[in-house]
Amino acid sequence: MAKKGSFEIKVGLAEMLKGGVIMDVMNAEQAKIAEDAGAVAVMALERIPSEIRRYGGISRASDPQMIKDIQNSVSIPVMAKVRIGHFAEAQILEALEVDFIDESEVLTPADEHNHIWKNDFKVPFVCGCRNLGEALRRIGEGAAMIRTKGEAGSGNIVEAVRHMRQVQSDIKRLTTMNQDELMAASKDMGAPFDLIQQVAKSGKLPVPNFAAGGIATPADASLMMQLGAETVFVGSGIFASEDPPPRAKAIVDSVAYYKDASKLVEISTGLKSAMKGLDMSEIPEGERLQERGW
Amino acid sequence: MVGVLALQGDYSKHVQILEMLNLEVLEVRYPNDLSLIDGLVIPGGESTTISDLMTRVSFHEAIKIFAKKKPILGTCAGLILMSKNISDDRVIPLGLLDISVDRNAYGRQVDSFTDQIKVSLNDNIHNVSAAFIRAPKINKVGSNVKILSYYNNEPVVVKQGHHLGLTFHPELVKTTFFHNYIFRKQFEINNAA
Repeated sequence: MAKKGSFEIKVGLAEMLKGGVIMDVMNAEQAKIAEDAGAVAVMALERIPSEIRRYGGISRASDPQMIKDIQNSVSIPVMAKVRIGHFAEAQILEALEVDFIDESEVLTPADEHNHIWKNDFKVPFVCGCRNLGEALRRIGEGAAMIRTKGEAGSGNIVEAVRHMRQVQSDIKRLTTMNQDELMAASKDMGAPFDLIQQVAKSGKLPVPNFAAGGIATPADASLMMQLGAETVFVGSGIFASEDPPPRAKAIVDSVAYYKDASKLVEISTGLKSAMKGLDMSEIPEGERLQERGW
Repeated sequence: MVGVLALQGDYSKHVQILEMLNLEVLEVRYPNDLSLIDGLVIPGGESTTISDLMTRVSFHEAIKIFAKKKPILGTCAGLILMSKNISDDRVIPLGLLDISVDRNAYGRQVDSFTDQIKVSLNDNIHNVSAAFIRAPKINKVGSNVKILSYYNNEPVVVKQGHHLGLTFHPELVKTTFFHNYIFRKQFEINNAA
């Protein structure tokens, strides 16, 4: 009997996206540009994070018509975002048959205590994290892919680096612990004990670990891959740059050849300006998107 | 030594399967790497992306030459790339399997599934696990292609010469059967295990 919607099949799609670039797009035309540049998937949203920042107001899941238009224009997987805890938005996206749902801090949270119980869905979910405890809470709820939060829409890689290094060092620390230390680690990190045990034993996350939030150049993508990311999401970095198609292509190439510096010279040469970006000091504490999620 | 095309996709899962079979493995990123290996896996992933990346470094020509003497196993996107005709002109075919394929023919991710399939090989029937993820379908098969397995009356495992193509992923469900067959049994790569 064919079995659909299992955790295994959800993680399976995440595996297929490895070594690729997932690009934020706001309409069918951008989705085509992303696909032609070699994106492995697109994330459909009404405003890329840098514009969400500028625009203000409440940011919600996208109009189904816009998602349908994008689904009809490309053959690669189409992802879309829902507000943290907004399971009704997720039910709508599942009925639309999007391929992956991002329960994302980029949108305005709908619940300040609970995330979506993702195990109830057939569609796989990706969630952001800043450390291992947060990653394992999301996996416990059913997330099939984890990404760093970084600081979306900033064009600044510093937070994605911080979060990726934090997850990696949390994992390393667990692998050095004795069995009798793991329960306390589970308590300190606020993470499910069975997943703590699993990570302590395997030395890696139980699902693919991607990078997001602030990637703007081929070198940024290479940096995140070398720090242990298995794929990168590029949000504002492409369509807020001066000339998106060549930059999109260059970032795809930089992920495939992330360890080859001489190839990266070739890839990075002649691109027009990257997005301007923001220093973290320019984003007041209460306005940092990464602080959303619990 | 067996190579796994490591431009994009779930190549690390194939590396794991080959290591479970005690085979030496090389991640293949440049056409020159092909001279070091005795067989190649083209993994699953996005066929449009893999085809693009292959084109940028002229991998197609190098693989076609390699394929004359050495075996290639393609899974999902790998099978699409190995086929002769693809219902999508953005994917450039290698033409190693005389078949026509439709991409994403079962639907979107909600229609992805795992199941058991029956494979007939050397007069035996083998039951193996398979994961079909946004899988392609083979809609036309040339006379020189052997069909080793059907799922719901549609071909899912095909063999032509020393090449093998699967529409699904054995590597995601720890199925070693196909890698073992093509890289160990068929070519008797000797091994202590």
